Amino acid sequence: MDTVKVIEIKKSVFEDNDRDADRLRAELKGKGVYLLNLMSSPGSGKTTTLIKTINLLKEKLRIAVMEADIDSDVDAVKIKEATGIDTIQLHTGGMCHLDAEMTRQGLDNIGLEGLDLVILENVGNLVCPAEFDTGASRNAMILSVPEGDDKPLKYPLMFSVCDVVVINKMDAAALFDFDLAKCRANIAMRNPKAEVIPISAKTGEGVELFAEWLLNEVNNWKNK
Amino acid sequence: MHELGIVFYIIRDVKKAAEENSVSHINAVVMDIGEVSTIVPDYLLDCWRWAADREEMLKGCELKINTIPAVTFCEDCRKEYPTVEHGKICPHCGSGNTYLLRGNEVEIKQIEV
Repeated sequence: MDTVKVIEIKKSVFEDNDRDADRLRAELKGKGVYLLNLMSSPGSGKTTTLIKTINLLKEKLRIAVMEADIDSDVDAVKIKEATGIDTIQLHTGGMCHLDAEMTRQGLDNIGLEGLDLVILENVGNLVCPAEFDTGASRNAMILSVPEGDDKPLKYPLMFSVCDVVVINKMDAAALFDFDLAKCRANIAMRNPKAEVIPISAKTGEGVELFAEWLLNEVNNWKNK
Repeated sequence: MHELGIVFYIIRDVKKAAEENSVSHINAVVMDIGEVSTIVPDYLLDCWRWAADREEMLKGCELKINTIPAVTFCEDCRKEYPTVEHGKICPHCGSGNTYLLRGNEVEIKQIEV
């Protein structure tokens, strides 16, 4: 008769990644480089928001962007052309998220020397990126008006890991019966500490508030 | 939708454990999966079958899932309640000042060789 031998493991699947992420965060802190992990659904206007935000900040901060997608480099090219800053494209090879190791490889590729801010545009997806700590200083997400004010109820983890929620396409709020107060309440239910910044990347309205938030964050990261 | 990514992590971890124990084939992997871990067990099993059979060490290896019921604790009335049924609002006192005690585990418990 075959005997079954059992080997105890008792280990969270996320444990290695969490450790790598903490190590990366500490290194970034030591070098004074702020890493923002930007998450959202596909089509929320991440790239357009980034272009406007970077153009507001690029005289004050030295910025680089890492674009993570399953395939293609359209976003990296678009950002480079519209802002003139360094961008690199990361391919996740079919994976739905980036982990800390992939993030580190991307950062090694960019080279952190002389940089203040690296923005990581994560894969467009509200589920998986929330589970994998990338090692970022802070997590941000963009929720766009057409997605609905009830999104925080449907993707609780994403909203609970974010330090700031940018609500984009506010110029279309009436068209989609989007209730900003209700959306704020739904976010607060998941994460009372999350900052909420309504913007329209198209008209530029409110983008300066996000840029200001980010500038403060970077300065605090360097000084504290 | 993220189950395949999780499966790749599991495979990496159990292969490492097998190598450390000088084991050449794994017959079963036992996981603790919390009710609110966002893992859908059926998808996890489908992804597991697809990916595990592509690894020599894991051909035919069974994935066994223990479901861990989710329990939330209310900081105001200090009572526990089942999370899936009541969410973030305490059914005993109506407070929203609550946190998850358990139920978000995605843990490899053991391997059978």
